[in-house]
Amino acid sequence: MRKMLTIISNVLRGSASRNGAELVSEGARVVVSARTYADFTPQATFDIKKCDLHKLDEGPPLQAVLSREEGLQYYRTMQTMRRMELKADQLYKQKIIRGFCHLYDGQEACAVGIEAGINLSDHLITAYRAHGYTLTRGGTVREIMAELTGRRGGIAKGKGGSMHMYTKHFYGGNGIVGAQVPLGAGVALACKYLGKNELCVCLYGDGAANQGQIFETYNMASLWKLPCIFICENNKYGMGTSVERAAASTDYYKRGDFIPGLRVDGMDVLCVREATKLAAEHCRSGKGPILMELQTYRYHGHSMSDPGVSYRTRDEIQEVRSKSDPISMLKDRMLSNNMASVEELKEIDVEVRKEIEDAAQFATTDPEPPLDDLCNHIFYNDPPMEVRGTNPWTKLKSVS
Amino acid sequence: MASLRCFLRSGKVFVVPCDICIINSILLLQVTVRDALNQAMDEELERDERVFLLGEEVAQYDGAYKVSRGLWKKYGDKRIIDTPITEMGFAGIAVGAAMAGLRPICEFMTFNFSMQAIDQVINSAAKTYYMSAGLQSVPIVFRGPNGASAGVAAQHSQCFAAWYGHCPGLKVVSPWSAEDARGLLKSAIRDDNPVVFLENELMYGVPFEMSEEVQSKDFLIPIGKAKIERQGTHITLVSHSRMVSLCLDAAAVLAKEGIECEVINMRTIRPLDAEAIETSIMKTNHLVTVEGGWPQFGIGAEILARIMEGPAFNYLDSPAVRVTGVDIPMPYAKILEDNSVPQIKDIIFSIKKTLNV
Repeated sequence: MRKMLTIISNVLRGSASRNGAELVSEGARVVVSARTYADFTPQATFDIKKCDLHKLDEGPPLQAVLSREEGLQYYRTMQTMRRMELKADQLYKQKIIRGFCHLYDGQEACAVGIEAGINLSDHLITAYRAHGYTLTRGGTVREIMAELTGRRGGIAKGKGGSMHMYTKHFYGGNGIVGAQVPLGAGVALACKYLGKNELCVCLYGDGAANQGQIFETYNMASLWKLPCIFICENNKYGMGTSVERAAASTDYYKRGDFIPGLRVDGMDVLCVREATKLAAEHCRSGKGPILMELQTYRYHGHSMSDPGVSYRTRDEIQEVRSKSDPISMLKDRMLSNNMASVEELKEIDVEVRKEIEDAAQFATTDPEPPLDDLCNHIFYNDPPMEVRGTNPWTKLKSVS
Repeated sequence: MASLRCFLRSGKVFVVPCDICIINSILLLQVTVRDALNQAMDEELERDERVFLLGEEVAQYDGAYKVSRGLWKKYGDKRIIDTPITEMGFAGIAVGAAMAGLRPICEFMTFNFSMQAIDQVINSAAKTYYMSAGLQSVPIVFRGPNGASAGVAAQHSQCFAAWYGHCPGLKVVSPWSAEDARGLLKSAIRDDNPVVFLENELMYGVPFEMSEEVQSKDFLIPIGKAKIERQGTHITLVSHSRMVSLCLDAAAVLAKEGIECEVINMRTIRPLDAEAIETSIMKTNHLVTVEGGWPQFGIGAEILARIMEGPAFNYLDSPAVRVTGVDIPMPYAKILEDNSVPQIKDIIFSIKKTLNV
């Protein structure tokens, strides 16, 4: 019986492994009815889009192997990211989150795919659309949400907010457009200097891609052969300005000029992963920096203050959602290859929802930071000092 | 030998240049500010492998002002790095390297060029430890010449002490003597926080006596503590960097007229040692601050405000005043330039006005 199932599933797999959403064939549905986990396909190979190359002889492979475990993990992480961002949207509208809130939903495949191509011992830095990366770099949903609501249980004790979250080997969360790029190259310099075979992934958006300091960084990273993967997350809009209106050249993967580059389908987690693996290999072999452009899309506006529909149509957003959603793409791939069941994925959804609810509950009930903490963390490793308050009689205490 | 040492320590004896003296370890050395900075960096590079220097012309050119002479030859490309002329980029790279565990010394050829990189100094370096609630520290030193030089005109003569001194999260240091340069640079490099180290081009070539104690490899001057360079009873002069020299010169002139000035060398701009100034005012009852920078919102302005707000106000017998650079961009012609910065006569004039003599 088992052998027959394997033969049938192999045949079905052969016919079903294509890009994007596929119908699950009737035959597969029939054999799926009474299965145990042991009957799932342990791994499958998928065709992925070819990457446009710049000064590179070879791109990533045109096929990616996905194991069941990997698939479930990517699915869970992307779904967690998605639900976390949607919950943040909700809390913002309830005015429980305030200030800036730049949401990442739609771009999940980038963060998850990149992390799948590197190690936790590598380093990563990004701009302000950073909640997803804080998660992939080891932050918990609880501490991310509590940071958004400005509570003491937040990842930065409530002192940083949406744009200033940090974990080990994750340097934020940076508010000034483009400033994180030289920082990332500096981290890469430290990697090379300390000789630990680590690299730095340095992200920026299509808006930042025109910043002068980024070109300064390309120059130095290239001169000094720094192990730096520059990644441009091109979501087609820098705030309210479309790429065509901001950049004389929208081939962001070529903008590194002397730095080899590739343009990647940023909605396909496997494509991102394979490209990242290639880029990581390039850096680790001492060849210097490399540049990846991830073509992706954000469902929300630039931030929560931007409805996101004055410079693009709802139809456009809807089209991306229905045709290129990263989570749907992965889900369809897995289901059509019998790598998971609908019930199993639903179960993951339920677990994720619960995790988000618990985190939101924590984030709304945890107390705000104590006033004693106001002046702390000015200097590291320093004796306690006095900080002037709002008037000459108020002297506040500051400890490291 | 011990008695000879005591005799020499009193500072009244001849000083022998170290390359011809045999027993130089117990003699006072004449060391220029430049050499003091050079030696401090050399020793710290040797002491800690994570320390490195980057900036324009610091390596193969031996430093635009020769402050890093010999370091590249000794330590090589890995630790002494020539950068392209891209301040924003290389300052950011230096900050990133500090975040990831190294201890960079980032040289700005002059602090005028640091304006191009000021976002990295303030937003990436100074604020990060606070924003991350202690998760991410930035052990970096930004150093270079600050303030007026000679004949370099408006764009190359600005003093940034007040600008950087304004920002929490930074330590801002302004050495005057060779001893200051040595002890404060070592402290700055060993400090785990961003330190802006304001040197002065006109002071680089000035020699100072350096005692044996100061020559030791672990001689450190604590950041945040001023030094009384000259004791006095009639008036307190507070200054930093090159202006300390002028204050001492003014004090020497006035001493002949029976006016004894207490000269305080701030050494550190931030955190400001207000207590040292207050203690002095409680003794002298008069205050004049002297700085090379512009008057509005400057170092003197801050000192005066603090004195007003603190216990020393009641000890002032006349309003405290500031002697500052003239409130104009720096002109080129020598006569104009000379009259754009405080001169000894301006300090003397202000002291006499304050003392009503």
